[in-house]
Order: sequence, then C-alpha cells, then structure tokens
Amino acid sequence: MTLLLALQYQFEWSVLWTAPYGRWLLQGIVTTLEISALAWLLAAALGGLFGAFRTMSGLGPRGLAAAYVEFFRNVPLLVWMFFWYFGVPQVLPATAQDWLNRHGGEFVAAVVALGVYHGARLAEVVRAGIQSVPPTQLEAALSTGLTVGQAYRRVLVPIAVRLIVPPLTNESLNLLKNSSLALTISVTEVTFMTRQIEAYTAKGFEAITAGTLIYLGLCLVVAAVMSRVERRLAIPGLVVRTEGAEH
Amino acid sequence: MSFDFGVIAGNWRFLLLQGLLGIGAFGGGTLALALPAIVLGFGVGILVALARLSRFQVLYYPASLYVQVIRGVPLVMVIFWFWFFIPIALGIALSQYGVALIAFVVFEAAYLGEIIRAGIQSVPRGQVEAGRATGLGYRAVMGDIVLPQALRNMLPSLVTQFIILVKDTSLASIVGYMDLTKAAQTVNQREIRPFELYLFIALVYWILTFGMSRLSRALERRLRPDQPVRALATDRIAGPARPPGGRET
Repeated sequence: MTLLLALQYQFEWSVLWTAPYGRWLLQGIVTTLEISALAWLLAAALGGLFGAFRTMSGLGPRGLAAAYVEFFRNVPLLVWMFFWYFGVPQVLPATAQDWLNRHGGEFVAAVVALGVYHGARLAEVVRAGIQSVPPTQLEAALSTGLTVGQAYRRVLVPIAVRLIVPPLTNESLNLLKNSSLALTISVTEVTFMTRQIEAYTAKGFEAITAGTLIYLGLCLVVAAVMSRVERRLAIPGLVVRTEGAEH
Repeated sequence: MSFDFGVIAGNWRFLLLQGLLGIGAFGGGTLALALPAIVLGFGVGILVALARLSRFQVLYYPASLYVQVIRGVPLVMVIFWFWFFIPIALGIALSQYGVALIAFVVFEAAYLGEIIRAGIQSVPRGQVEAGRATGLGYRAVMGDIVLPQALRNMLPSLVTQFIILVKDTSLASIVGYMDLTKAAQTVNQREIRPFELYLFIALVYWILTFGMSRLSRALERRLRPDQPVRALATDRIAGPARPPGGRET
C-alpha cells in the first residue's frame, strides 16, 4: 500500500532547469552568497573586536564583550531574525523605516541578524585563539616598546589568526548554512527558492533535493578554500597541523 | 519610537505556558520537543559514534556518509525533507510534532555522534586492554568502562550541543509547531508589538540556555575525579580518519 503511494509520485527532474525555475535557483544561490559574504564581514569585525576585548585586563571592555557574547550567542538565530526584521524598525524613526522598506529591509535585517549572531560566536573563537598565544609573545612585544594596541595588532592577532583558521572554517560553514533562516523573513535565498518551486510545481522532492545538493556543494567549496588559506597562512613550526583534522 | 511592555504583562502566561511548556489549547511547547530530542538524539548519537569507530565497513561507511551529509546541510533543509519526503515516500502524513522530532533527532545525532566519538577516543587505550584482559566482552568494556569515562570527558561539548539543540527547536515554528517562537508570532499578529515580544522571548531562551550552561559547570565540578582522565595522542583507541579494518576496539 505504502509502496503503491510512493510509486504514484511522478518524478519530473526537468523542473529544476526549465524556465523560470532554473533561474530562480541561480538567483537563490547568488543571494545566499551575498548575505553570507556580507554577514561574514560583519561577524569577523565584531568577533575580532569583542574577542580581543574579552582577553584584555580592563573590566570595561571585558564586561561589554562578555555581555555581547553571552546574550547574542545564547538566543536562537530565528528569534534574532524576527527581532531585527520586525522589531527593530518599530523603534527607528519614520524616515529610516521608509528607507528600509524601499531598499529591501529583509536583506539588511538578515545580514545584521546573521552577522551579529555569528559575531558573538566568532568572538569566542578569537578569544580562544588569542589566549592560546604564549604570554611571552606579549611580554616580548611590550618590551620592544610597542603599546598594548600595537602588540595586539602586530603580534598577537597575526599569530592568533593562524591558530583559529580551523574553527573559523567551521563557523564560516555554520554561517553559510544558517543563512537559510533568512527564508523566514522572505529573503529570496536558496531555501526560499526551493520552497517557491515546490509551491509552483508541487515537485517538492526534486526542489528539496536540489537545495540539499546546492548546500553540500557550497560547503565543500568553502571547506576547500579555507583549507588552502590554512596552508598558505601556516607559519612553519608554529602551528602543528594534526593529520586528518576535522574542518 | 515608543515602548509598551504592557504587552508582555498581558501575554506572558500564554507565551510561557503554551509556548515554553505546551500547556494549553494548542499543545506544542519548546520543552516538550527539546527534552525528547535530547534523549533520543543522545541515544542515536552513541550508536552513530560506535558505528564510526567500528571495524566493520558496513557500519563505518554508511555512518560516515550520514555524518558528512548532515553536517553539510542546514537544519531547515532537513526539516523540509521530513515535511515533504515522508508523505511522498511512505504515504502517511506526520504531525508537526512528529516531523520536528524526527528531523531534530536525525540532525543532532550526527553532531552528537562526533562529540561522543571524540569522547570515546579520549579514553586511554589501556582501559580497554585492561577490561579485555579481565575477560569482559565488547559490550561490558564499552558500557561499563569506556562510555562512563568518555561521558565525563565530553560533558562540556555535549552540553554545548544540547544548548544548540534547545535553540534549534525554534525552527519547528516554521512548520507550524506551537513553540515559544510561534507563540510570540501568534501574539504579535494580534498586538503588533514585535520589538517587545521578540526581546522578551530572547530573554526566556537566554535564561534557559544560560541555566543549562551553569548546570553543566556544576556537574563538571562534581564529576571531576582526583586524577583527570587524560590520554596521549599516541594512546588512543583509534585515531581520527582511521583506515577501515584497523585496530580492534
């Protein structure tokens, strides 16, 4: 009985490349990459700044960074999506609301939600990276006359960046996959497009298979690129690369 | 720009009872989904980890493929698999709860399995050998010697993943399951106070997950033995990415 029902489903893989559905998928991929890239830049900036703050001795920056990380990291991204898209415009001035409505507010909200959420997660990665730099490096840098800021910028951060490439890859992949949540605020990324193709053609099986393969492919590409970055950045003798490390 | 936190005062009962606990006309509930998903996900995760460490290729390869595929796909996609595939493949319609629970267990077990595998590998190989030398079988060695020690070693990452799972349950609202997020959406449709409502549930989620991380820290301290179980890189049960047909566990 169940088998019979399964056989009644007519596969029609051609929906994936006939017009306009093929174009929708391509547009979805472009949008996914756009959100992910912009959110990644925001997350890297926030993560770098607050991750460094968390390792400083001053109570002010450290407390601020701890508050940012603990609050944004421990709340579901979906809630942040709704918060930034529906909630924040409510408290903005009318002119800003108008501007957002005319310029694709859902895209901006998705980038900010993803960027701020993953910034908090990246801050932890950065903190762990900085803390794993031997303290003698800071002492040596300070003793050559560098200020604390210079020591961070010129010595600690360059070393830490190399140490954190593997966890950074992991977080970048998470960010890419989490960009799928932007569909809940109507950003036309890959998942949104696969749902739309399903709605128009009732070929859910084909559409979702395509979406799945697209994400798998994108993740493989990102992992490959990051692994190249890791090899390029490696300082001989500093980072001992474990064989077959998980990305 | 105006705030009206009266909307929370008027709706907190619905948000917490219905959304968080699932007490009310809609059923649902974040915890009613999260707790079974944690228990089942952990159970399946142990099986996945054992399969990933198995010397039998029929177990090792399917488990590895499963883990790699799941880790390359967003959770939303996995939820849609079960939302669309099961009705087509089996000809039965699952409830929103069923879809969400299956999707979470399938998704999280891949991540939990990797954490458990790392935990098992952190137990010194001598423990296994000593167990085998006293005449214990695979099940006794795994169940009574390796897993209890592994559990203690992996507790921090395990709890982190459980916290992620609790946060992930918010995605069940996408298929209409009445959890905390859906409850806030429902109230918002009537009240149109998104800023206050979403900030409030953000706080509820935060208390929940922060409480979990505090609980785990307390648990770690209690479980900490006088002599921490530590393993040298060369003294593992099996290395990562081990060749199939490798050493016996």
